[in-house]
Amino acid sequence: MEKFDVIIVGAGLAGLAAAYTLAGEGLEVLVLERGDYPGAKNVTGGRLYLNPVRELFPDLWKKAPLERFISHEGVTIMSRERSVTINYEGDELRQEPYQSYSILRARFDRWLAKQAERKGAMLVDKTRVDDLIKVDGRVSGVVAGGDELYADVVIACDGVLSLVAEKAGLRQPGKPEDYAVGFKEIIELDQKLINERFGLEGNEGLARMFMGEVTRGKFGGGFLYTNKDSISLGIVVGIKDLMQGQPAVQAPLLLDEFKQRPEIAVLIRGGETVEYSAHAIPEGGYQAMSKLFGDGILLAGDAAGFSMNIGVTVRGMEYALASGYYAAQAVLAAKKAEDFSARGLAVYQELLGQSFVMEDFKNFQKAPHALENPRLFQHYPEMLGNMMRDIYAVPAGPKNRLYPTIKQYLGFSELWSMLGDARKVMKI
Amino acid sequence: MSEILGLKAKLGLDVFKADKEAHIKIRPGMEKDARLKRAVLVCPAGLYSENSEGAVEFTIDGCLECGTCRLACGTEVLEWNYPGGGSGVQFRFG
Repeated sequence: MEKFDVIIVGAGLAGLAAAYTLAGEGLEVLVLERGDYPGAKNVTGGRLYLNPVRELFPDLWKKAPLERFISHEGVTIMSRERSVTINYEGDELRQEPYQSYSILRARFDRWLAKQAERKGAMLVDKTRVDDLIKVDGRVSGVVAGGDELYADVVIACDGVLSLVAEKAGLRQPGKPEDYAVGFKEIIELDQKLINERFGLEGNEGLARMFMGEVTRGKFGGGFLYTNKDSISLGIVVGIKDLMQGQPAVQAPLLLDEFKQRPEIAVLIRGGETVEYSAHAIPEGGYQAMSKLFGDGILLAGDAAGFSMNIGVTVRGMEYALASGYYAAQAVLAAKKAEDFSARGLAVYQELLGQSFVMEDFKNFQKAPHALENPRLFQHYPEMLGNMMRDIYAVPAGPKNRLYPTIKQYLGFSELWSMLGDARKVMKI
Repeated sequence: MSEILGLKAKLGLDVFKADKEAHIKIRPGMEKDARLKRAVLVCPAGLYSENSEGAVEFTIDGCLECGTCRLACGTEVLEWNYPGGGSGVQFRFG
């Protein structure tokens, strides 16, 4: 009978962070990954914010294969025939330590797995976990590739659907309102061309969010990140909004339309699409979170629902890395106490509770509901575009004064609705 | 080209390894279920389509394993698992 200290299901950021930490403490760790290599099944938009996790893995970041540090931030409000962009840039975003980096997961995860292996973790890829082994109701191992593998603890880091957590009875299949789907193209472009086109120097990078017409007013938005020699261009849209179909639009069409927008077409011109990927994203926040541990089992990363959309940022990877780290700390504590039951593993919840992970999820627990407002994605983008048009328009005849130009959009009922929306948004 | 590729051409850029059997199946008798029709809109790979008789047809080739159809339609309608180890899509960038 093969027995390990810990079996980790899934070589994503949560699983690898846990493996790296546990192996570093000398535990026998087995990571099972269903893809051909770590990262083969993993998708991000995306960017990684380093500040929250820098100190959890102090030796990791110097050599990490991140793409570009983000020195140029921007948000574009899109309506049908125009868009308004706000850029945020300047020297403060060029100061080390850099806050965030663009990232490609197939590259990064493979590298992170190597670091975990160097610490002594054992990684087996091309292996799907088919079931949990339970002894007296307590998770005691997994069935994978026809083998029974035993461990004191299983850490389920098997991603957004976490079939392992369902088998453990810790969660039910997810509901569409608690999830979004992201899909993107990787568009290769010469490194120098990217720098010239986006006004970047060296390894500087740009991140831009898009909202409004890009999702046809559905809950979500578009994104563009510059990588070293490619662009990640994609869309995230709430599954419930998408499936209700008002207006009915097939997801892939949104991305095609996005690419055809003149504002975007010039940015990707001459580039070659080399990959198309998609992934569901947990966005239900604190309210949608499942139980995080049971007898002999812990959940981390997307499997635990640790991803969050607060409008301006959609974050998941820091929570994955941190929850993997704290899951590892919980296992170490449980090992010391020789108690791998739910009671022994409950320290996981405490550790998360004292960290930025739970603080963030509690602080932003009203965000999903506040953002569930179609006016934010339809009405305001359209109105802002109209205002800009009228402000900038110079007619053949006399031009209207600026104040009345703006005021025509802000009648009493509009202001009243804005106040109501603002009160909701203020809960974020 | 960054021009508009057909969805098939776009999926053709990805690396797929064939599985022994389809990892997602429409449960028998559920082809015309209203919940299944959601998949036609939400699938980023466009693998679901509705035929003239109002039944939803599905092909597994090109599945990105994103999980969206399972979330949108539910497990009463779809029998859903990940492909076997070492099969299915293998992202090179992610």
